[in-house]
Amino acid sequence: MNNKIKRIFPQLLTILFVVFVFGFFTINAQVNMDNRGIDFGFGFLSQEASFDMQFTLLDYDGQDSYLWAYVVALLNTLLVSFLGIIFCTILGVVIGIARLSQNFLIKNSAAWYVEFFRNIPLLLQIFFWYYAALRALPLPENAQPWFGVTYMTIKGYYIPSMIWENLNIFMSCLIGAIVAIIFIRIYAKKIQEKEGKQLPVFYISLALITILPLFSFLIGGVTLDFEIPVLKQLAKTSFIYEGGISLPPELIALVLALSLYTSTFVAECVRAGIQGISKGQKEAAASVGLTPNQILKLVIMPQALRIIIPPTTNQYLNLTKNSSLAAAIAYPDLVLVFAGTALMQTGKAIEIVGITMLTYLSISLAIAALMNWYNKRIEIKEK
Amino acid sequence: MFKHLKQLTSLFAMIAVLFAFTTEAMAKKSKTLKNTQKKGFVRCGVSQGLPGFSNADASGNWTGIDVDVCRAVAAAVLGDANKVKFTPLSAKERFTALTSGEIDILARNTTWTLSRDADIGLTFVGVNFYDGQGFMVRKSSGITSTSQFKNGISACTNIGTTTELNMRDFFNSRGISYEPVAFEKADEVVAAYDAGRCDTYTTDKSGLAAQRTKLSSPDDHIVLPETISKEPLGPVVRQGDSVWEDIVRWSLNTMIEAEEYGITSANADSMKTSDNPQIKRLVGAEGEMGAAFGLDNEWNLRIIKQVGNYGESYKRNIADTGILPDRGPNQLWTKGGILYVPPAR
Repeated sequence: MNNKIKRIFPQLLTILFVVFVFGFFTINAQVNMDNRGIDFGFGFLSQEASFDMQFTLLDYDGQDSYLWAYVVALLNTLLVSFLGIIFCTILGVVIGIARLSQNFLIKNSAAWYVEFFRNIPLLLQIFFWYYAALRALPLPENAQPWFGVTYMTIKGYYIPSMIWENLNIFMSCLIGAIVAIIFIRIYAKKIQEKEGKQLPVFYISLALITILPLFSFLIGGVTLDFEIPVLKQLAKTSFIYEGGISLPPELIALVLALSLYTSTFVAECVRAGIQGISKGQKEAAASVGLTPNQILKLVIMPQALRIIIPPTTNQYLNLTKNSSLAAAIAYPDLVLVFAGTALMQTGKAIEIVGITMLTYLSISLAIAALMNWYNKRIEIKEK
Repeated sequence: MFKHLKQLTSLFAMIAVLFAFTTEAMAKKSKTLKNTQKKGFVRCGVSQGLPGFSNADASGNWTGIDVDVCRAVAAAVLGDANKVKFTPLSAKERFTALTSGEIDILARNTTWTLSRDADIGLTFVGVNFYDGQGFMVRKSSGITSTSQFKNGISACTNIGTTTELNMRDFFNSRGISYEPVAFEKADEVVAAYDAGRCDTYTTDKSGLAAQRTKLSSPDDHIVLPETISKEPLGPVVRQGDSVWEDIVRWSLNTMIEAEEYGITSANADSMKTSDNPQIKRLVGAEGEMGAAFGLDNEWNLRIIKQVGNYGESYKRNIADTGILPDRGPNQLWTKGGILYVPPAR
């Protein structure tokens, strides 16, 4: 009995303490807000936002509500995080492997890259890519085309937009091809386990994913046209490109800075992962006759991934949270639009900062959950 | 068991003390003046650097007409115009800093609007600069009027200001599609516009005139003649302390009225013997003008002597620095402007 009390009592005390601390802050905030005539509530979310945004993925207009402005700004944040995670992973894996190269030049340039980008504050890098690199870009009227039809200018990167006809047929062909590939892989694995025969899965997949969508063009009535950006004069010395898609320089600078910075950390995770596998594994695999490619793919990587994934997850979370530095260079992300403009116009500081914090928390937890699931999948199955 | 009980009691005692502090704080509301006098300085929120309004030099001395409002209040309530602690704030932070009690006066080229006055726990006390939103463009573009704006124009500005909303109203009402590029800080807007990111830079005209001086070659840019909005800029205080509100309001009014009656920092003392009772009231030689605020009778004399009248402040900060040599609407009503304040009597 006495033992039980000893166990429960401290826990009860902790809970009480937490409740009281929260209660105190809530009551205090309420009292102070009452004194200053500030109302608390989320009614503002349905009011007209009445400000515009520079870059949106979905249709947004100032007549829409603050709630819609929140959704659109959130998507901008997710876009930057998504692009940043993809690029930093590709770059990080390449640099990480390069650091282990036998070639002196490759090894040392990779090491310099990591030390350089890792040790400069991210905000400075964002400013550098935005202001220094931006100033170096040509004005629209002086821009030389890249790949014939795209233009990199100080006002953004202009690329042709695609005009589809019967896009849904093309998409169903594409999805069909992917599903077929998944089935073939499962089948190939079965065959290999049963008969020890290896099917050329890669070539079959490649054929499927090119041929099926190609058929949709030939017989499915799918057409694809490109709208190419055209130079337009606004005033004597002021030009823009019209038509096509324009990627704002703010987005480009932000993705560039975030991926370059975070890729150094990912590269270190990759290097640590590969170096964490003992040499004996490689030698044993070689002694049973596996080729160097097979060794990396079948023996080293599956084990290294277990070491790489958990710290890399942290880097993904960091990248997502760091994307809030967008506010410094006018990229309309959640912090700039919602915790900036919307907060200012409504004065609902507690509500808006609360929502923004919860949103970042949810994004981070979602990424962590996804990575944990992947980690579980590749973890050693104890039999 | 008893040991735990003791811990619990002390915890409750701690919490009770915490609550006691809150209730005490509640009882002491509308005591900004008392707190200011106890601290010995006025806590004033200003911009992060807008020449003419609030700008710090290399050694950290603040100057500007917004700064002078805070100095006037310090002269009135503390007797020394230098006893001000300035807090530079971004457009986004300014109201939170005021409502949370971090500052007691916000003098940061802030536009008086209905929603700000009514919604967010603020009270505007007056207008110290009548402004309006305008556009700045490159001279080389050949644009001389906003009617030459075309679809696709990109406009740089600050977030968290009325500018963002006016800009939308302006372009929408003319059916022009535009690209808003909104930054958090004014310096970043200037840098981006200077680099050629935007075709136009839009904010209050006084701001344009001031920021133009920061561009790499100011003469290559012009401010277009059109004004697209009313921007009455003025100091703001927290709601709920009407005495403090009155002190700030009448400190500003004193500066404007002193100019009207020709009282300057140089002649203020000699005006005590003036024949005009209105002048005598403004220099504390007649009536009990400070008692209602809990101040002595020479509070307004100190403002005029230490800070000067509105005209002196304007000349020192805005005209002589070449920002806006022409006073425009910010001239006294007796001289063709719209500066008109209620009489101090």
